[in-house]
Amino acid sequence: MGRGYAGKFLEVDLTSGEIKEKRFSDEMLRQYIGGRSLACKILWDRLGDKWESVDPLGPENIFLALTGPLTGFYPGARICISGKSPQSNGIVGSTVGGEFAIELKCSGYDGVIITGRAPNPVYIFIRDGNAEIRDAKHLWGKDGKQTVKLINKEIIKELESERPRRRLWREPGIIYIGPAGENMSRIAAVEQKWTHGAGYGGYGAVMGSKNLKAIVAKGTGPLPDPYDYEKVKELLNEVIEYLFMQDSLRRWGTGSGGYVVGADMSSEPVRNWQEEWHDREEFGVDEFERRVWLKRYWGDYGCPTTCLKVGAVLRGPLKGAITDNPDYELQAYLGPNLGIFEPEENVYLASISDDLGFCGIQLGNILGFAAELYQRGILTKEDLGFELRWGDARAFGRLAEMIARREGIGDILAEGTYRAALKIKEMKGMDVLKYAVQVKGIAIGAHGIRSGLDYPSPIAYACNVQGGDHTSVAGEIPPDFMTFMDSAVICAFNLVRPREVVWEFFRAVTGWDITMEEWNSVMAPRMLTIQRTLLLIGGPDVKWDPRVDDDNPPRFYEPLPSGPKAGQAADRKEVERRKKEWFNYLGWDELGIPTSETLRKLGLEDLDKALEPIRERYKAV
Amino acid sequence: MKSSEKAPIWIARDFYNCSGCRMCEIVCSLHHEGKIWPEASRIRIFMLVPTLEIPHLCAQCHDYPCIEACPTDPKALSIDEVTGAVIVNRESCISCGRCIEACPGNVPFLHPGDNKATICDLCGGDPECIKICQRGRWNALWVAKRTPSINYKLYAKKPSEIVKEMAYRFYGEKAGELV
Repeated sequence: MGRGYAGKFLEVDLTSGEIKEKRFSDEMLRQYIGGRSLACKILWDRLGDKWESVDPLGPENIFLALTGPLTGFYPGARICISGKSPQSNGIVGSTVGGEFAIELKCSGYDGVIITGRAPNPVYIFIRDGNAEIRDAKHLWGKDGKQTVKLINKEIIKELESERPRRRLWREPGIIYIGPAGENMSRIAAVEQKWTHGAGYGGYGAVMGSKNLKAIVAKGTGPLPDPYDYEKVKELLNEVIEYLFMQDSLRRWGTGSGGYVVGADMSSEPVRNWQEEWHDREEFGVDEFERRVWLKRYWGDYGCPTTCLKVGAVLRGPLKGAITDNPDYELQAYLGPNLGIFEPEENVYLASISDDLGFCGIQLGNILGFAAELYQRGILTKEDLGFELRWGDARAFGRLAEMIARREGIGDILAEGTYRAALKIKEMKGMDVLKYAVQVKGIAIGAHGIRSGLDYPSPIAYACNVQGGDHTSVAGEIPPDFMTFMDSAVICAFNLVRPREVVWEFFRAVTGWDITMEEWNSVMAPRMLTIQRTLLLIGGPDVKWDPRVDDDNPPRFYEPLPSGPKAGQAADRKEVERRKKEWFNYLGWDELGIPTSETLRKLGLEDLDKALEPIRERYKAV
Repeated sequence: MKSSEKAPIWIARDFYNCSGCRMCEIVCSLHHEGKIWPEASRIRIFMLVPTLEIPHLCAQCHDYPCIEACPTDPKALSIDEVTGAVIVNRESCISCGRCIEACPGNVPFLHPGDNKATICDLCGGDPECIKICQRGRWNALWVAKRTPSINYKLYAKKPSEIVKEMAYRFYGEKAGELV
């Protein structure tokens, strides 16, 4: 066993109520590390031979919440949520910040594996090596802030009643879902601390499908010992010092993006990506700072950056809205993407998204999609029940409520942009997929590719094993560093340069002599190859055709209509060139199907059989 | 303050500046335990309501009710003559928990490892928690020269007693729903 691990995982079968401990071999952990990478291995091992028939929202799916070896040691603790995604029908590793991971590790577990489906709403309480399934009827239907409040009170009261008294007890770590997850909206997030969400993948719906409202952990132990504590302390000090100097991220968080990404980079979604440029200074970070931020630095366990800022509206008709920042993604998606340029209205919509338990990116994307259909007269007042004009924050808030509760048109929109587009196409007899800005069921993050000024490459999303995910993107050679951070389970905003420092940190914690070279050439490709294989298998409700679906949304081929980069669009030739280069690097064929030889090299021979039908399917055509 | 000029100090605290990063807990437990151990840290950040983080640590009350309540003979708790910190003699501590009950803020706790009373010792006059909080420019904690006053004791409060008022100051009427 590499150090830095607690050494065991908690496995709960919600159908039978059975709770057991699971250990993985040293060799398996060394090969797959943790988080996203380990999730791939667990899901392939257990569901691989029947992947196509596994309903992501059925009891046969597996819900995973995994830490990584660096979680708690390297600054910026997160937990990686995974399973078969109800958005892409492949695997997404979706991480969320907060203390749950620390409480879990201090309880003696590296992760939680949930199978089956509880007959009634439940939550799981984990405490220092013990776990139990508890009734959650009283929590079902509650929004995020109420859920946190009720669980905190309940757990603290219980701990405080113990005698002899050992301490004044504080809150546990909680991952939970809101009403959107309970109603199995495919755009529901797994949340922490009011405002943090593991959004991509739609795993809030998976928790909902299992009748699982929350997982709660309280641990009083230390973090497991790393391999070399002295070295860890030394590196921690070095990393902290570096991060303290990142003033922009510390001072503004990603909240400076709302203005800059539009005005400077022409890559921010505006009115469902009809534009990507705006120069609305009233949406500038200085306005947010002055008008809505109550706390200048807010962060999770062990974070020197504290890029979050607490934003709230204290007066006027939107009074009572509370969120963080919003961070850039929610700022863009629940701002300019909806024609909204007022910080207060942005905070209001982000607060609604948090409370209902949505991924703010997926929600903003579908709201923008609906508004464009309204703009074009495809969706009408009769379909919606009210008018849906750009900039009308209250109308968008109302629609979000309907989506969370699956009321009226909300029932269709709750399926996410891709599936909703298919349904509306059927309903209206009109192709609306061209307005859907998504890849493989996952709405694209708020960084466009048309201007060429932002970081994502032309195939960042088109060939991404995690669809529209903007955090870990395709096409970077060697593979982007997020593949590692999602597996070591640490925060991307605490990345230091040179990256070798992070590897030194990894070796000091685990004692494993893994190099960046080994990660780039073997370990990351292995993870990506499992993800790609299961994404290609897909099913049961959707399947992706690599000839069609390894592509950008149609909108990205429309020329930008405004700003200094007006006229520019994604270049198909460049997309094809980069795609070829990327597939070639990973040892996949021209359709992105991993070759038998590659599988052998990566020690994934058992995937070969699963890929046979896929190879056959496209050979015949 | 240089360690050569050791004098009574106090860890001044501004709850509204606390980011909830809990780096103070990390350096505290590394210093005292040699490992990262959140529930063994002498300073613990309470987050009963997200966004309202409250550093919870010894205030060195002028009348030291914890020492008063300690039943052993000689007492397991004593005052550090230079810094004014409460020092625990782990050999004599009988883990009765009376110091916890006697503290108006229930600040001491029984260590999750050896089950002995555990209290901030001011790191001998140069607290680690302050160093990291100042290095990070959060300014939730800083060194104050301690002058004779009964004011310090006011800070020995349970987070649950003060979080509601903090919520009202932050969020106005909405606070009622959040706490």
